[in-house]
Amino acid sequence: MNKDSNTKSMSLIVTKGSLDWAYPPFILATTAAAMGLDVTMFFTFYGLTLLKKKLDMSVTTLGNPAMAMPMFGMHMGMPNLVSVIPGVDAAATAMMKNLIKKKGVASIEELRATALESDVKMIACQMTMDLFEYTLDDMIEGPVLGGAATYIENATKCDINLFI
Amino acid sequence: MADQLLDVKGLNCPLPILRAKKALKDLAMGGTLEVLATDPGAVKDFEAFCRTTGNELVSSNEEGKVFSFVIKRTA
Repeated sequence: MNKDSNTKSMSLIVTKGSLDWAYPPFILATTAAAMGLDVTMFFTFYGLTLLKKKLDMSVTTLGNPAMAMPMFGMHMGMPNLVSVIPGVDAAATAMMKNLIKKKGVASIEELRATALESDVKMIACQMTMDLFEYTLDDMIEGPVLGGAATYIENATKCDINLFI
Repeated sequence: MADQLLDVKGLNCPLPILRAKKALKDLAMGGTLEVLATDPGAVKDFEAFCRTTGNELVSSNEEGKVFSFVIKRTA
């Protein structure tokens, strides 16, 4: 962190790895970097999977009670329980990907590449790597390994700290 | 006429800002960039972007459904 100058800074804890939840951290990180902030992202638990070389994210209706998809000119609710029906989450994922393309929304791959290009610092949670049996070989180039203390030290120097 | 034109019509948040930032970087100090966008959120976003980065938002217009912004690189 560059606290000697007037550079503002932001840190984000990224805990979720589904297609929908991958967006907020990457949108905010890339935009903050574009606005001149020093940005650090700490990837932990399911968020860690967003650093995998090959992303295969999906969305689920489960635990997503406010989820509604534009369909047939209206918004169709996605009841929690339909998630148990085989194919529903796959269909919801396909629908989401289709909307993303149609509405000119960036792909997570593009946002992630932009984040790396704009020097967003990425920390992969060492404990989660052990827990889910990942190695740095599974991950894109760029992230460094670290733990809670690494994050906290960084966060004490940041103007904005977000948990997503 | 601006020195550089950037067409981000059809692109959604945060792509207009990200592309504009990239284009500004290649511009000489004092140079101008015109951005064409269709994302209505871009109006407030470019104001905030310019305030925070210290670049000058020379103009912000809407014609039909297209928004145009002229940004002068001053930072």
